[in-house]
Amino acid sequence: MSHKICQLTDRSGNAIRSIMMNRKTTGLISGVALGLSAVLAGCVQVSAPDKPIVINLNINIKQEVVYRLDGDAKDLINSEAEIF
Amino acid sequence: MFEFIRKNKAAAIVGGLALTAIVATPVMAQRDPAYAAARASGAIGEKPDGYLGYVSSPSASVKAMVEDLNIKRKAAYTRKAQETNSTVEQFAFTSGCNLIMRTVAGEKYQAPNGSWQTRTSAAPTRDSRCP
Repeated sequence: MSHKICQLTDRSGNAIRSIMMNRKTTGLISGVALGLSAVLAGCVQVSAPDKPIVINLNINIKQEVVYRLDGDAKDLINSEAEIF
Repeated sequence: MFEFIRKNKAAAIVGGLALTAIVATPVMAQRDPAYAAARASGAIGEKPDGYLGYVSSPSASVKAMVEDLNIKRKAAYTRKAQETNSTVEQFAFTSGCNLIMRTVAGEKYQAPNGSWQTRTSAAPTRDSRCP
C-alpha cells in the first residue's frame, strides 16, 4: 500500500492543500475523469477557471435606494410640474 | 338693471375661469402647450433614466424644447440628489419610474429593453427596481 502526497494549488487564491492519496483509487478516478496524463502523474491538477468571476459593480442603482428616494421624487415631480 | 346684469356676467366669467382652473389643474395645467402636444402626439416619450427621449426623429423646435427640459430636469435631479445624499443617476432613475407610471394612455414611454411603448390603461412595463 503506497501513498503519495499531492499538492493542489489553487491558482487564484494560492491556497495549497496537501492530501494523502491511495494510488489505486487515484488511478481509477483519474482514468475515468481526467485521462492518462493524470494517471501517470498521480496528481490531480486543479486550476481556476480561465474567466474570472465578475461581480458587476455597475449596478449602482439598487432597489433599496429607489425605494428610499421615491417620496422625494414624487415631491419634485409635483412641485416642478412644468418640466415633467 | 343693466348694471345688475353686467355685474352678474362678470361674476359668472370669474367663476367659470376659477372652475376651469380647478378642473384642469391635475397634470396638464403647467405644461407648455407645445410640450403637451409633443407628448400627446407620441413624438417624444419618457425614458427609464428620468429624461425625455425622441420616439421619432425630432423637428428642430421639438429637439430644442426637449433639450431645454432635460437640462432643467438634470438641474432639479442634481439639487434633489444633494438633498437626499444620493447620486444624480439614482434620483433621476427613481423619478423615471414615477414619470413612466404617470404617463397617460396614448403617450409613449421606453421599456427596460429600449423599445418605445404606447401607454394603455394597463400598467407600464418598467424596470424591476421600480417601486
